[in-house]
Amino acid sequence: MTPKAVLNKKLDWVLIGCYIFLVLFGWMNIFSSSLGDAFAGFDWQAKYGMQIIWITSAVIIALFIIYVIPARFYSVFAWWMYAFMILSLLAVIVMGKEINGSKSWLAFGPFQIQPAEFSKIFTAIALAALMEKFSFRFTNRLDAISAFAVIAVPAVLILAEKEAGLALVYVGFLLAFYREGMTPWIILSGLLAIALFILTLVTSPFATILIFIGMIVLYVSFHSRNFIVNSAIGIIAIIIVSFLPRLGRIEAVSGVFNTFSPALWLTILTVPVAVFLIIRSLYRKRSDHLRGALVAYLLGLALIFSVDFVFDHVLQDHQRLRIETLLGIKDDPMGAGYNVHQSKIAIGSGGIIGKGFLHGTQTRFDFVPEQSTDFIFCTVGEEWGFFGALVVIICYVALIMRLYNSAERQKSRFARIYGYCAASCILMHVVINIGMTIGLMPVIGIPLPFISYGGSSLWAFTILLFIFIRLDYEGRQ
Amino acid sequence: MDINSDRKDVLLIGVLVIFAIIVIKLFSIQIINSEYRESAQNNALKFETRYPARGLIRDREGRIIVGNKITYDIHVTPYNVPEFDTLEFCRIFDVDTSYINERFRFYKANRRKIGYQSMTILKQISGEQYNVFVEKGFMFPGFEGVPRTSRTYNYNAGGNLLGYISEVDQDYIRKHPEYRSGDYAGRTGMEEAYEEILRGQKGYTIYLRDAHNQIKEHYRDGEKDVAAVAGKDVTTTIDAPLQAYGEKLMRNKVGSLVAIEPSTGEILTMVSSPGISTDKLAEINKYYNEIVSNPYRPMYNRAVMSPQPPGSCFKVVNALIGLQEKVVTPANRYSCNRGFIVGKLKVGCHGHPSPLDFYQAIQMSCNAYFCHVFRNIIDNPKYGSVREAFNKWKEYTESFGFGTKLGTDIPSEQAGTMPTAERYDKLHGKNKWKSLSIISLSIGQGEIGCTPLHLANFAATVANRGYFYTPHIQKDTPEMPIDERFKERRYTMVDTSYFKEVIKGMQMAVNGGPGSTARVAQIPGITVCGKTGTAQNPHGDEHSVFICFAPMDDPKIAVAAYVENAGFGATWAAPIASLLVEMYLKGEISPQRKDLENRITSTSLMHKVRVKKK
Repeated sequence: MTPKAVLNKKLDWVLIGCYIFLVLFGWMNIFSSSLGDAFAGFDWQAKYGMQIIWITSAVIIALFIIYVIPARFYSVFAWWMYAFMILSLLAVIVMGKEINGSKSWLAFGPFQIQPAEFSKIFTAIALAALMEKFSFRFTNRLDAISAFAVIAVPAVLILAEKEAGLALVYVGFLLAFYREGMTPWIILSGLLAIALFILTLVTSPFATILIFIGMIVLYVSFHSRNFIVNSAIGIIAIIIVSFLPRLGRIEAVSGVFNTFSPALWLTILTVPVAVFLIIRSLYRKRSDHLRGALVAYLLGLALIFSVDFVFDHVLQDHQRLRIETLLGIKDDPMGAGYNVHQSKIAIGSGGIIGKGFLHGTQTRFDFVPEQSTDFIFCTVGEEWGFFGALVVIICYVALIMRLYNSAERQKSRFARIYGYCAASCILMHVVINIGMTIGLMPVIGIPLPFISYGGSSLWAFTILLFIFIRLDYEGRQ
Repeated sequence: MDINSDRKDVLLIGVLVIFAIIVIKLFSIQIINSEYRESAQNNALKFETRYPARGLIRDREGRIIVGNKITYDIHVTPYNVPEFDTLEFCRIFDVDTSYINERFRFYKANRRKIGYQSMTILKQISGEQYNVFVEKGFMFPGFEGVPRTSRTYNYNAGGNLLGYISEVDQDYIRKHPEYRSGDYAGRTGMEEAYEEILRGQKGYTIYLRDAHNQIKEHYRDGEKDVAAVAGKDVTTTIDAPLQAYGEKLMRNKVGSLVAIEPSTGEILTMVSSPGISTDKLAEINKYYNEIVSNPYRPMYNRAVMSPQPPGSCFKVVNALIGLQEKVVTPANRYSCNRGFIVGKLKVGCHGHPSPLDFYQAIQMSCNAYFCHVFRNIIDNPKYGSVREAFNKWKEYTESFGFGTKLGTDIPSEQAGTMPTAERYDKLHGKNKWKSLSIISLSIGQGEIGCTPLHLANFAATVANRGYFYTPHIQKDTPEMPIDERFKERRYTMVDTSYFKEVIKGMQMAVNGGPGSTARVAQIPGITVCGKTGTAQNPHGDEHSVFICFAPMDDPKIAVAAYVENAGFGATWAAPIASLLVEMYLKGEISPQRKDLENRITSTSLMHKVRVKKK
């Protein structure tokens, strides 16, 4: 066999197959949604015409990465590329062009490039280069800090470009960190914080604190000698405490009681106990689960009481509205909820098998905004129905799981870490984007990998994926 | 492989769980949920706003002052408009073709953004024009009329009191996020003050729209529609015919005329002249520039916003304070030698017999007498110092409402000005001033500024013999009760027993013999009590001032008239106020006063008022 034939045989054709399917299927949906009223000759200026140019160029880039650039290139030049990426993100902030309220585009003549889309590739390479070192440990404070800094710097710059969605994707790198030995508690407490935040918004601080105490009680009694008795006592106590707000109705004590809210009473009553127990456990000088749980409790309380502040003062108006509509606190199908409402109608109207290619009405008639970029999944759902959407999702799951599995098999630490990073990036994009179009996530404008219209996004994901394919191929030699 | 390789499985399970949730949600909205299956018949919803009728403004007798008429806004859905006869369209609506062409160029340029939405192309089309349009509707697909209410005025009165409504602009929407572009809101006067009551609630009708953007039917038979809730009416205390008559009297004069019902504090009439004609109010957009560039500032409600010196009317206040402080009694006589002369200081007076007693001093408005009274108040040894006595005096005046916001429900009420001890410290040096330095306060000159509303309220206070109700313009009705504070008697610091003494003087000022200053205000068959004022000012002729109430023993109306730069109080303000009183109490003007009425209504005093050139 010729060397090229060997190479072709060793390429990961599953990944490439998924890629080709998603890109071509994506183009069909872009064609449908940007066709307009009637097909009057092929229009290279229309989005479907432009996308052919993007796909062609992406394929050339992919071939170039597979056949020309050796794997070593990435580990050698990792930090140069990372520095270049930071500079271009800074350049955007200084002289970028503003499109749709975010200043994240650099204009080169007729072309516009969004460096934020590409930054995740270089971040992944830099992370791989950093953590590849055999001595790297997350338990080493300096190592951990430098790893977090590598993702924090571009994320903050992207946030400054008002591309909150693309910055959010950086959270995905934590999954790779987890694989490389970071304690799961960081991710779990993040999830817990989100849960407490949402719970406080949709119920009340009082109920949230009660549920939180319940979780703490279960956790602590799980680690105690007598799980059943301890947890039963705890839960009965919580049920009794849950009647606390009723005190406000009893005339004799309501005067005193109503000076504070029930949530504040709960805090006043529990915090001294928690602080006392923490100090006592410090004296005993042995780490126990109780102390960790109590510290988490205090931090959680602080979070619960800051929810209103964060919600009213930190979030911007449109972000607040999007969260409110998502959680069903506000129903506003004509305002903030418009996009999602229309998007759900489009997807929902697809039914089981969809309306057929080019037969979608919701997406083709501009009811859904940004239908060829961020909301492209609506066209998939409407024209191809549940089965079409399922095929796309299965394809993504296959791609991501294949990436994780294949990354785990890599002999080189560099390739493994890079693979985990790439898979996690794609995962975050897919989950946030599809979640948004079906109303599981607030509206966060990020593209759907390989499918959404747009050169920057398609190029970026092509590069991200094919670098790994090349790394994988060299690893098998 | 290393120790963490089992974590891959955790990640894979996580991936599967998340995507399972997504698939379940997809399954739910695509297959289970009927709400979206309804939309599976190629539909989308169109929300059409239903605008409520704005509440009416009624006068005290229930007569409609501000009503509604239906006008139409013409909406266009550019997407649905084929070539059409622009000339005919413009002829129907009497608009310029260039405007229509310009709009359509704009729609074309923004067609992606506009999509299937409809835009407002013409506003406030009359019913007649709309009917012609409906007849020829087949010629103009894509256009439709949306009924809106606009204001009509049954009395050409109270323009600047009522205020206007206009379409909200971006600035307004930013401050009031519950409004949407295209909504109307009250921007001045009562329309602004009662906006929340008058505006009602918008509703909407939901239509289904098919893939060709044709409206097909009501969504779920209108089950999800929200009906508009009409605004509530507001009843004012204004007497509409009286208000109109007051404006007729004040025409071509600058100033204000305020009438209060003493027994309730209800404002019967509040004229600020020059005002805004209600014709212009109805089409405020057209006349807005003209109105704001008018040098006489018709938008400015002088009755509550323009503090001026009250002149001799204020002698009555000092008389009351003097009686309460027991530094003067009705029997006290002071001589007047054409003025009050102490050393180099002289406060001039006009020719009248001398000496005068308390009643005659009010009757003939003797300056010297009230200089004595005021000195007695300020130099009262009881208070130890001029400063203390002055502060006490100030406290008295404030109990009448002077120098304070009365707390009416009229927007932009001003407090006016009353001098403070600190101000005199600055002027003369710390505690270096004495009664003579501030003697002009005795006759209502100097550092006093009170609004015509303050004066009318004072007249009402005297009429009530010592108390007033906070003047207000909202009528107490069972549907819309007024604030409790408008129902509380506010007593002054002067005992009610002293009021009969000044009322006697005021009665003599109108109905007395020779020397009475306000005989022009006599009304046959009615005992009017009044007091003239002639307020000096550095900007031209004196302001003509008059306060009065009638009938003496059962006061039904208290009036203050303030005519700027007109001259003596007796010449202009007194006739105007008394004609208003007569019209209110008798419903007509007696024959022997017709000439007076003619003189007032036919004279223009505008030329005497100096205005700032803009």
